[in-house]
Amino acid sequence: MSRIVIVGAGLAGLRAAQGARNAGHEDEVVVVGEEVHHPYTRPPLSKELLTTAEHTVDDHLFPQGELEVQWRLGERATALDPQAHTVRLGDHGLDYDRLIVATGCRARPWSGPGAELDGVHTIREVGDAIALRAALTTGSPHLVIVGAGFIGCEVAASARTLGVDVTLCDVAPLPMPALGELVGERTAQLHRDHGVDLRLGQGITALVGDGEGRVAGVQLADGTRIDADVVLVALGAIPNIDWLADSGLQLDQGLVCDATLTATNDPDVLAAGDVVAWPHPLGGDAPIRVEHWTNAAEQGTLAGRNATVPHAERTPYEAVPSFWSDQYDVKIQAVGLPRRATATRIVEQTADGDRWMAIGERDGRVVAALAFNGARRLMVYRRAVGEAMPVDDLIAAVADDEKAFR
Amino acid sequence: MIKVIVDMNLCQSHGECVYAAPDVFELGDDDQLRWQEEVDDSRREALEEAVNVCPMMAIRLEG
Repeated sequence: MSRIVIVGAGLAGLRAAQGARNAGHEDEVVVVGEEVHHPYTRPPLSKELLTTAEHTVDDHLFPQGELEVQWRLGERATALDPQAHTVRLGDHGLDYDRLIVATGCRARPWSGPGAELDGVHTIREVGDAIALRAALTTGSPHLVIVGAGFIGCEVAASARTLGVDVTLCDVAPLPMPALGELVGERTAQLHRDHGVDLRLGQGITALVGDGEGRVAGVQLADGTRIDADVVLVALGAIPNIDWLADSGLQLDQGLVCDATLTATNDPDVLAAGDVVAWPHPLGGDAPIRVEHWTNAAEQGTLAGRNATVPHAERTPYEAVPSFWSDQYDVKIQAVGLPRRATATRIVEQTADGDRWMAIGERDGRVVAALAFNGARRLMVYRRAVGEAMPVDDLIAAVADDEKAFR
Repeated sequence: MIKVIVDMNLCQSHGECVYAAPDVFELGDDDQLRWQEEVDDSRREALEEAVNVCPMMAIRLEG
């Protein structure tokens, strides 16, 4: 008997279960999930689930096919004892032979004054999205979004689609700072064109109440107050590793793993998805962590497969990270590690400027690519990132490419 | 042979399948996905990867 326990019932957890089964694991697979729902896809939470009145979690569940798994849903892992090979679920234990940690992230809450006020939202789980949708579609509210990262920008676009007035705030000078200045400038313009009031380059000091426990506005660092009926706090995510605090596993902004997604000091523990910090060939010396859909899907599959074999036979995870964001009618895509780039430049674009491809470079090599409505061109760039192609070679190749945007 | 079925009402041309199985899927100049409907069994692993990485869950295999 050999039991694989997967903690986390999101995309990474589901793919891990499928990966273990597809690799021929015939004994038990147990998946523990804190949410009561079967695994569902999260990208629609900031998009379709906000804008489509009738959508529920059932519209976004992953197909499971014939997958044979024991689901322990609505149960929370509270601690791990690696020596005993036991996951604590509150007052009872669950033994494993191999464990896959896929606990993902939670929304980073507002830590300043006013966090307790009614009308202050975050978005991470399906119930959060449905609650925010209800708030946005009751009366004609003014939405203030604190944080102009991926989620903040996507919700801004969805709210404008609903006809809601939106103010989007960030201490950074441009939205989506992780993707660099170029994307930031274009994205800022995109939101302005759609009527979003952007307040960038200064922090929020407080969420302000109406005296009766409901949010009424936000206070900016320069003293300006912006009225708000609804506030979305979109300040990024925190890895769910608290339950591992006393486990002895190596934790550093995530669960630190080797290239095979195996915990650095315990070969019976593997991990997948947002929670993993691992060394990537494109990442230099420091481990990276990637909070994106494709990463969770691919790492889940691999961790599931790797969990069925001894450490020495496991395959490293080296896929080029890729992610996307849909805002209005624009699909923004990125591959590689934009944060590692020291400069960014547009390599090709259409005459009207609506579709373009850019690269992020470092030491003369391509480390990332960015696309605005450029899905069909991304393949070329993805290969270039994968092989860290010299920038000059890519530019020459694009110049000769009759399919490039002109 | 494996039959590849794509629900074009779901497809949003992300292109992840193109990367997983470039010999089967491609994005045309109009950004619409084109694909081979009958694929040899030897490509099963790549096709399953394409199914798994489709963010829209638009791809299905039969056979």
